[in-house]
Amino acid sequence: MRLFVSEGAPGSLPVLAAAGRARGRAELLISTVGPEECVVPFLTQPKVPVLQLDSGNYLFSTSSICRYFFLLSGWEQDDLTNQWLEWEATELQPALSAALYYLVVQGKKGEDVLGPVRRALKHIDYSLSRQNCPFLAGETESLADIVLWGALYPLLQDPAYLPEELGSLCSWFQTLSTQEPCQRAAETVLKQQGVLALRPYLQKQPQPSPPNGRAVTNEPEEELATLSEEEITMAVTAWEKGLGGLPPLRPPQNPVLPMAGERNVLITSALPYVNNVPHLGNIIGCVLSADVFARYSRLRQWNTLYLCGTDEYGTATETKAMEEGLTPQEICDKYHAIHADIYRWFNISFDTFGRTTTPQQTKITQDIFRRLLTRGFVLQDTVEQLHCEKCARFLADRFVEGVCPFCGYEEARGDQCDKCGKLINAIELKKPQCKVCRSCPVVKSSQHLFLDLPKLETRLEEWLGKTLPGSDWTPNSRFIIRSWLRDGLKPRCITRDLKWGTPVPLEGFEDKVFYVWFDATIGYLSITANYTDQWERWWKNPEQVDLYQFMAKDNVPFHGLVFPCSALGAEDNYTLVSHLIATEYLNYEDGKFSKSRGVGVFGDMAQDTGIPADIWRFYLLYIRPEGQDSAFSWTDLLLKNNSELLNNLGNFINRAGMFVSKFFGGYVPEMVLTPDDQRLLAHVTLELRHYHQLLEKVRIRDALRSILTISRHGNQYIQVNEPWKWIKGTEADRQRAGTVTGLAVNIAALLSVMLQPYMPSVSATIQAQLQLSPPACSVLLTNFLCTLPAGHQIGTVSPLFQKLENDQIESLRQRFGGGQVRKLKTAVVSLSISHGVTSLVSLSSPDLSLFPSLTLLLLHLQFFFPILARRVLGAKGNHSPGNIYNWRLGSFMATGSNSVVLFQAKVSPKPAVVDTVAATGPQQIQMLMDEVTKQGNIVRELKAQKADKNQIAAEVAKLLDLKKQLSLAEGKPPEAPKCKKKK
Amino acid sequence: MAAAAELTLLEKSLGLNKGNKYSAQGERQIPVLQTNNGPSLTGLTTIAAHLVKQANKEHLLGSTAEEKAIVQQWLEYRVTRVDGHASKDDIRTLLKDLNSYLEDKVYLTGYNFTLADILLYYGLHRFIVDLTVQEKEKYLNVSRWFCHIQHYPGIRQHLSNVVFIKNRLYTNSH
Repeated sequence: MRLFVSEGAPGSLPVLAAAGRARGRAELLISTVGPEECVVPFLTQPKVPVLQLDSGNYLFSTSSICRYFFLLSGWEQDDLTNQWLEWEATELQPALSAALYYLVVQGKKGEDVLGPVRRALKHIDYSLSRQNCPFLAGETESLADIVLWGALYPLLQDPAYLPEELGSLCSWFQTLSTQEPCQRAAETVLKQQGVLALRPYLQKQPQPSPPNGRAVTNEPEEELATLSEEEITMAVTAWEKGLGGLPPLRPPQNPVLPMAGERNVLITSALPYVNNVPHLGNIIGCVLSADVFARYSRLRQWNTLYLCGTDEYGTATETKAMEEGLTPQEICDKYHAIHADIYRWFNISFDTFGRTTTPQQTKITQDIFRRLLTRGFVLQDTVEQLHCEKCARFLADRFVEGVCPFCGYEEARGDQCDKCGKLINAIELKKPQCKVCRSCPVVKSSQHLFLDLPKLETRLEEWLGKTLPGSDWTPNSRFIIRSWLRDGLKPRCITRDLKWGTPVPLEGFEDKVFYVWFDATIGYLSITANYTDQWERWWKNPEQVDLYQFMAKDNVPFHGLVFPCSALGAEDNYTLVSHLIATEYLNYEDGKFSKSRGVGVFGDMAQDTGIPADIWRFYLLYIRPEGQDSAFSWTDLLLKNNSELLNNLGNFINRAGMFVSKFFGGYVPEMVLTPDDQRLLAHVTLELRHYHQLLEKVRIRDALRSILTISRHGNQYIQVNEPWKWIKGTEADRQRAGTVTGLAVNIAALLSVMLQPYMPSVSATIQAQLQLSPPACSVLLTNFLCTLPAGHQIGTVSPLFQKLENDQIESLRQRFGGGQVRKLKTAVVSLSISHGVTSLVSLSSPDLSLFPSLTLLLLHLQFFFPILARRVLGAKGNHSPGNIYNWRLGSFMATGSNSVVLFQAKVSPKPAVVDTVAATGPQQIQMLMDEVTKQGNIVRELKAQKADKNQIAAEVAKLLDLKKQLSLAEGKPPEAPKCKKKK
Repeated sequence: MAAAAELTLLEKSLGLNKGNKYSAQGERQIPVLQTNNGPSLTGLTTIAAHLVKQANKEHLLGSTAEEKAIVQQWLEYRVTRVDGHASKDDIRTLLKDLNSYLEDKVYLTGYNFTLADILLYYGLHRFIVDLTVQEKEKYLNVSRWFCHIQHYPGIRQHLSNVVFIKNRLYTNSH
């Protein structure tokens, strides 16, 4: 068969991706034709891509070509896939062609481009989040995903047109974009030029007529109209049951133990390492996420045990102890208390918060080890290990740094490379360095024990085969485990030459301890054992217990692979993880959290900001890195607090309560529901169900949106029905005002319960204000009940949230650092203006932590920019205006990180006038001078106040940085740094 | 013809007696079918394919990979090109293309009658009814195909029978 394509024809994307996906590629002959060539003899209008089949028939519809490839591989399409394809052809394509034409041919930007497609994008996002599947037609990828991805890719590959508020769409899009067939199709069609690669084709096409009419969507506003009669009747029936519809409360248990015939939920959060203060990313990644789920699980009346603790063994503790002149035990005691305090402040509802340095830990770890040993799953071998002569000890993995043997990344750790993610054997590192003294360690040999993972691999796969289907393992955790298994498991060393750890109960190993790889995950068991002597009822009870484990993605191998292997090999009927919930990473502003550089907010500092714990909880959960990395941003925090909490949620709940107090003397009025009110009930019920569906799947961030949606409906309902007007009218009018007020305050009561997992203190405040009865506070059903019946007396109502002011946020941003990318952007913009390259199209957010420092990067930029500018502009201006160039990190630095696009530049239609340089230069210099003066003052003030050493250092660094920028702008060589920066 | 009415016709021609109820969505009145055991289905060709499966007449969706893809291609053609705000010119181009395509074909897939024939017949009916005798002769292959489908058992039902003259009047136009 022969495929006819044309340069820049967008249809080639899905077609090539489908061919790659369905392995139709091999038999495919590809011919490139001009955009106006008529390939299909019977069609008047030219059309590409076209597939000519061996029978002579032509397929001229893009999705039919894709479908054909799938059918050849034996993959049939179901109704849902057909529905998506029909929607793509009738709704998405008209809108998308218009958008692409505006963008590529007419050079429009922003909302002009996004406007026509926004509705369609929302529809996809809404469907993905509603049906709760990672893909359009279910749990697995289908033809629909390929066709829609291919259609959307030219537009959405530009981050400016990927609406980040549409979270489900974004994560779906990114999942597909990283797949190999899609990546290859994208490279072939767009040729690294972005959407402009479509230009040669699109400019030959007639201008598409703008899509008119309303698109087919299942969006909420339309759903109001399509609620069925049954749904409304059911919602009304449930509502009328009132407080009588609540089940009896479970009596509190102590200790909580699994019970036959009930749902028993065991929740763990990854154990934070004791000698570090956790930052916001650590908190949202495991402890806070698990807390929301634990609280939700209790609201569902499931029998719930939530546990966590500090991971205390290891070299890092020993070193810290040396530094601080304490014993390791004293260090652990000190930091354990700090951790416990932070989590208490964040209102984390642990049933027990333990630690790993207990006799139980030794007992259980040694027991598992002995069982593995007698069953032949432990190997013994000599290990070549790095020994630092200067520190006189073997170096643990985390105390070696060097160049990654796989990708050449310079700051690879001894066990894993942060950049390529591959596991490293510390002695394979190139140019190893002891992280403590910076001297080069030597290789020495030592006897060690290994867990024979290859021998356990079949058992593991068998277990995964049973566990994974239908479970709620997050896609990233599945992916990580799959890639490990694909590469094949290798024996893993489980002992270390240390003193601070669980002793190895074997002759000849008296001076060694277990490696955290082996024993940290056993901490969950020992912490439970310290909580109750009946711990085995939780941990040796896989039939009755549902184990949910929360962590950031770097912890997945320990929980999904190593511990299950140990437990399976020990053959003691251990409870294994049923749902492994891994988050992506949270970034800070535009970089990474960094303790050493003093960037980011850490657990203990959150308290000092004056922002209440619940607001922190809300915002962190709102941006939870679910499915993709996300970033903490001060401005966004302010925005979300002021818009979502203050204006939406707080406003609604406060108004509902105020009306009861003001108009009805604090007593909930009689409610006579009209059909409109009944529809609202059904609608709230629907959203409540959606909330449940999402939380059952541990989609924590998405479920929070449901709460906000209900409160938006509530606000609208009050706004439309205006109880404050009716209250002044006749008896009937007053009754209407009563119904509206009563229904609204009941929605507020429901919201207070739904909010409980997210904002426990705010929830309790609302419940106290409304005097909601204890049973109604402690249970959340799938139906919306009238829990505040007519005649119920509420308490005193007062506002729930405070406005955050710009100044306040700005000063916090100053205090905690950030904004590095902004600085870089400013520098790049001014450089490009002075070199005649205009229109920096976009500055992607590069991971600046890859660089030793921003200052150094700016220096390099200053040096290389003229060369790059010449390359872009071409020696004789032979590059056509409007072309976009990606400039990559590798061009600047010898980091080998070629793949990261630093920024894109667009060739200006005419060379920039020299005057602009002169006009911009002094202005920018003046600006920098002002900033230097300002920063100087800040540093002087801090020094005068004898402020914290780290804080001063951070501000000084900023000052130096500014000074360098200034000298660069003035064209002077930068001054040599006066003192070496301490690492 | 409204989409719901068309689907009702299709149900009858497939021998489905139950009679589904359809609602319509949006300005273009896109049909929606609420199925018993799942979420609703939206869109004419999606529902049509669903009904064919319900009636156990999968052969109407094509038997080989090639035929299946061709059926879907013409179903897409039906909803994107035949429906909507097609101008007179658009319709002329469409008939011209289709005429040239059908030159060596009995049905849209070649030799097998499929759902594509049924829905294209329903979709084109309103245009074919208005064609002059001369135009019908101009689009001779379309006429032959159309006439064939309208006489296919159980398809036409209450739709008007379009008359085609067997002997050609405008012989010099070809």
